[in-house]
Amino acid sequence: MTADSEYKRRTVLKAGSAAVTATLVATPAATPAAAAQTESSSVDITLRVNGRDHRLAVEPRVTLLDALRERLDLTGTKKGCDRGECGACTVLVDGRRIKSCLTLAVMRQNAEITTIEGLARDDRLHPLQEAFIRRDAFQCGGCTPGQIMSGVACISEGHTRSADEIREWMSGNLCRCACYPNIVDAIQDAAK
Amino acid sequence: MKNFTYAAPRNVADAVRLAGQPDARFIAGGTDLLNLMKDGAQSHGAIIDINGLALGDIVQRNGVIRIGALARMSDVAAHPAVRRSLPVVSEALLNSASPQIRNMAAVGGNVLQRTRCGYFRDSGTTCNKKAPGSGCPALEGENRGHAVLGGSDHCIAVHPSDLAVALLAVDAVVLTDRRRIPFADFHVVPGTTPDQETVLGHGELITGFEIPVTPLAARSRYLKLRDRATFEFAVVAVAAALNMRGNTVRDVRLTFGGVATKPWRSPEAEDALRGKPLTTTTITEAGRALVRGAVTRDHNAFKVDLVQRALDGLLRDLGGVR
Repeated sequence: MTADSEYKRRTVLKAGSAAVTATLVATPAATPAAAAQTESSSVDITLRVNGRDHRLAVEPRVTLLDALRERLDLTGTKKGCDRGECGACTVLVDGRRIKSCLTLAVMRQNAEITTIEGLARDDRLHPLQEAFIRRDAFQCGGCTPGQIMSGVACISEGHTRSADEIREWMSGNLCRCACYPNIVDAIQDAAK
Repeated sequence: MKNFTYAAPRNVADAVRLAGQPDARFIAGGTDLLNLMKDGAQSHGAIIDINGLALGDIVQRNGVIRIGALARMSDVAAHPAVRRSLPVVSEALLNSASPQIRNMAAVGGNVLQRTRCGYFRDSGTTCNKKAPGSGCPALEGENRGHAVLGGSDHCIAVHPSDLAVALLAVDAVVLTDRRRIPFADFHVVPGTTPDQETVLGHGELITGFEIPVTPLAARSRYLKLRDRATFEFAVVAVAAALNMRGNTVRDVRLTFGGVATKPWRSPEAEDALRGKPLTTTTITEAGRALVRGAVTRDHNAFKVDLVQRALDGLLRDLGGVR
């Protein structure tokens, strides 16, 4: 599939959910009270992501992960388990790695949020992104953005003195393709 | 997750007032609370975000280390005063969760985290913690991970916090907006009311912990055994603090995780060592004293053996016994 293909995966998914929404709206007596309540319980927030301010209205229950993906279209951050176990949703907040599924968007105002989309400088990949490619550190790619964000923090924390230390400090990121040896290699390369 | 109202007070008085609403809950790191709410094990109409309160400092003054309730696990674990004077606390934290969770989770919330019992976490099963009187499927069901100490016919769920086991070993005091609670009095065994896990009142806010700096706490260590090498809850955990005069045990604290319904201190095991030489015989006697009242179920009897071996290994290591 080419990058300018009319039917990118995301486009297809969106078209699907739009159809579902249309069906619901067409249903008679579609609980206007419930809709109004949802709207009135939203709060206006500003999220600073990758150096840009975004204003949006969210319900308090919306996680940072869902706000990034569903509202800001920053779908590089992945939703794996949604329970803080897999690490696919790892982002940096004020330079520290966190799991974006276990925090509310409304709690992360006035913070500098960095996602995988914010790592490259213009057309130049982050050294760890380059190392992941060079070391073949992924297969399906589902965990990769989280691995890279976690790895960037692991390096800046200085937890890269040995392969064992990297494994321990990358334990919050699971890879079901089991690319672990190559991930450790990539982090070691980028830490040099 | 059901929706809720959200408030972010800027001072303790406002936070406590807001938390007085019947359906309110504080959120700090959120790493346990949000999972419980997503899973339907808990729901709350009002969430009070306390991250704006000035409760994150770690300071040492007049022989006491004071850790603010909002200090993050990673910051407490790495703090020089904690590493020097309370090694068991630093070790317990570094053996908990993952780096990302440790950056998020606050220590006040850590000691309030809920059990990992699958019947509690699953919204489709009965559980006396979730709905008192509904029954406990763990008693006759899958109970490999469950408690052998401190249980009752109503609940045998294990308290999951490593930090709490360490704080109990170093004589911590819990500070709240209204009182000081010795850590040993903070958690309660389930009895007939397993939904009650601590003595905190509704809306009472943990503001921090105070821990005396002593030679006992300075020589302390944490051993955690689990089903995989890292990022896992304890099957069995031991915290030990030891003050020796020559080869004689002057004072000792022995606390345990993974085996009990609350962070567990064993005065019986300590008595088997206090005032005596640290030898294979006295260490073995301490282990026996610990498990004397153990009640096992279908799948967890192995913990009785395992916790004694863990204690043996840790005490030998800490006391230099060959």
